Amino acid sequence: MSAIDPPVRQPVPQVAAHKIEPEESGFWSWITTTDHKKIGIMYLVLTFAFFLIGGVEALMMRLQLSQADNTLLDPQTYNALFTMHGTTMIFLFVVPVMAGFGNYFVPLMIGARDMAFPKLNALSFWLLAAGGVVFYASLFFAAPECGWTCYAPLSDDQFLPSGGVDAWIFLIHLTGLSSLVGAINFVATIANMRAPGMGWGRMPLFIWSILVYAILLIIALPVIAGAVTMLLTDRHFGTHFFDAAGGGEPLLWQHLFWFFGHPEVYIMVLPGFGIISEVLPVFSRKPIFGYKAIAAATVVIAFLGLLVWAHHMFATPSPAIVLVFFMISSMLIAIPTGIKIFNWIATLWRGSIEFTTSLLFAAGFIGTFVIGGITGVFLAVFPIDWQLTDTYYVVAHLHYVLVGGAVFSIFAGIYYWFPKITGRMLSEKLGKTSFALMLVGFHVTFLIQHSIGMDGMPRRVYEFPDVGHLELYNQISTVGSFILGIGVLVTVLNVVRSAKKGAVAGNDPWKANTLEWFTSSPPPVNNFDVIPRIRSVEPMKDIRRQIDEASNKAAKIEEATPVGP
Amino acid sequence: MGSSSRYRLLGAAVLAALATALLFAGSASANLLTPESGGSQNADDIASLYKLVLYIAIVVFLIVEGTLIYSLVRYRRKRNPVAQQIRGNHRLELSWTIAATLIVVAISVVTFIKLGDIRNPPNSDAAALAVTSKGVQAGDVRRRLPPDGRSLNICVNGQQYIWRYTYAPDCKKATQNVGDSVFSYEEMVVPVGATVTLDINAQDVAHSWWIPELGGKFDAVPGSTNYTSFKIPADKVNTVFKGQCAELCGRNHANMTARVRALSVADFQRWFAQQKADIAAANQAAIAGRKQFQGDTQ
Repeated sequence: MSAIDPPVRQPVPQVAAHKIEPEESGFWSWITTTDHKKIGIMYLVLTFAFFLIGGVEALMMRLQLSQADNTLLDPQTYNALFTMHGTTMIFLFVVPVMAGFGNYFVPLMIGARDMAFPKLNALSFWLLAAGGVVFYASLFFAAPECGWTCYAPLSDDQFLPSGGVDAWIFLIHLTGLSSLVGAINFVATIANMRAPGMGWGRMPLFIWSILVYAILLIIALPVIAGAVTMLLTDRHFGTHFFDAAGGGEPLLWQHLFWFFGHPEVYIMVLPGFGIISEVLPVFSRKPIFGYKAIAAATVVIAFLGLLVWAHHMFATPSPAIVLVFFMISSMLIAIPTGIKIFNWIATLWRGSIEFTTSLLFAAGFIGTFVIGGITGVFLAVFPIDWQLTDTYYVVAHLHYVLVGGAVFSIFAGIYYWFPKITGRMLSEKLGKTSFALMLVGFHVTFLIQHSIGMDGMPRRVYEFPDVGHLELYNQISTVGSFILGIGVLVTVLNVVRSAKKGAVAGNDPWKANTLEWFTSSPPPVNNFDVIPRIRSVEPMKDIRRQIDEASNKAAKIEEATPVGP
Repeated sequence: MGSSSRYRLLGAAVLAALATALLFAGSASANLLTPESGGSQNADDIASLYKLVLYIAIVVFLIVEGTLIYSLVRYRRKRNPVAQQIRGNHRLELSWTIAATLIVVAISVVTFIKLGDIRNPPNSDAAALAVTSKGVQAGDVRRRLPPDGRSLNICVNGQQYIWRYTYAPDCKKATQNVGDSVFSYEEMVVPVGATVTLDINAQDVAHSWWIPELGGKFDAVPGSTNYTSFKIPADKVNTVFKGQCAELCGRNHANMTARVRALSVADFQRWFAQQKADIAAANQAAIAGRKQFQGDTQ
């Protein structure tokens, strides 16, 4: 890393140049690569493939639920589907896709050559891929049927003796190890490899969110690794950690699972928040409103997120004091989350908003996530939760948070960063079509599910009786899910087409703020030949201003002293 | 048609579709926006607490979404070509932090005010006192009894995939001497006006007891006991309240249904006596059958 001293008279920034020798290409170069950009692309492609598989699983469930007392799927298949869907979306899509963005953009945004431990980085990716393969291989013998939460004692060998649960345990270990190794890599990279001048207070907010994501992973993952190991020994080696008949405690599983499981929610949405905090200022042509408040709120959410796990257990036999504590700690999270939302809206306020697809997804994220946040407050009030927990209300809430909070921001990120990754622009027309379909499809699918839950339909049931309006509501939801699915496909089509045929992007098509736009698109293997000194949160804005000033001055000098003899 | 007007049209269509979906859903049912209630005071109290939070939520929702949509429309590039370079405003940021805190405090206070009514069972009506008995305080503070200490206690046991109800004041004793108590499966029969207390547990995997109109969910977990109660008002006599297991318990989870049938006190007593006689007769038949079987094999 070298900061060049500014030339004596005019600090003209230098444009990065490629190495002369050609970059390696071909299949083998991807398998053996330790380049953070190639690994990042592999992460993004693989996790997106899992997203599509998880989406198909969801659509199959919605088809089954499109009619009361439907017999399209049998209960075993249905239970396997929601287990695969939840596990896939969480462990094979949302968590690792954030690692994909992080891998590609953390070094670029902080002005580093690569991640701190490139080989470890490759290991992270291949562990993730192995986890996905092991998990989906269970389809060929027996898929797990215990839901993504795999509550004991249902997940014990007495009740689910097939290997599906073991495949699930193996997936948790492999993807967990992958994330853990990756998280250590992120922390080391962010702590040590920032460009000269980039103090903690000048770090892009996306980097803040990845840092907090990594720390949360390091705290939460060992707990679930321990829990699934205990489950494995319960299943095969005669221990009774979660078996009440053998003196164990089934509730221990729930505590351990959710001690990991709730921070996992913030692991999934915080990097999304980071993407939003990058996208909004660029397209409203305004600095982010309250940089410090947003960075601080990220840390506070992560801290509180570690203290709320038992709000998933309000209906269990737990002492009143536990219920009260977890209700209050859960409601407290609404405060830093509210602060972020207000700051984002204030960033748009009095801006000059350019309606790119990326901005639309970011705005759609705010509008949708707010609803998920509000229903979260209902669920935090434990007497209300007694009615709502384990119903479709919770299904609606968690999808408002995870699709509204994570998926929409992931799409905002795709439309924002695709030009940097490929050097080509995505079609805005297809992008806006995709956004409109996804927004409408999402709300049609999930808004009505609040009412389905309050009408008395529990989650994870493969059929429901034809009473009241239940069938109508479920049909509305199914129609919405297919609109949402088509919306996703439009983006897939867009990505596939634009990767080859899109308009050439250039280094900085959005006139953005952060360092990744300083290098070429796609960036060369070494990322930067020259790393500028960082003077603010928006280094590219500083550089553009410098260039403007320099060229104005040059123009003036030219006018004053005619060239030539 | 220019591309910008096409997008405006698309936006209007999106809004219209959302509004229609909402209206359509709104007219479909009056009970669309709140949890079910009507079978017991605690369910009614939960629904009214829900409504209070809902009012606050609607105000917050309208303010936030309104400001978002206003700023998107008002500050679009065409209307506002030059952005104001504002980096923050401490007073504004402090004030919305305080506002958010106040809302959280308000909801907590309302919850604690309502909590007693939701959790503490009331006394049974005088007409139903005959079917209640002095409750056994099992040494668990979570087990709440009415002020007069009398209730109709039922031990609820979740099993893959059926609910068993044992009518006994002391569930520990009842599980030791299974034959002595009146029991039923799937349908729980109770008298109106009596406070019914439930001791809920499970014998295999975790289940969750839930009759929406009678109050919230209470998980049935092996190794622990969970407690709740309800009291069906007299005007709901001969009503059947339906519910089902709310915690994934295996393949037939969706079919693990539960019913609560509310009878008049006299009808309940008649049912109870009949059930007792039927069980005794079945036990006698079983004993006789076993004797005969043992006699045959000797």
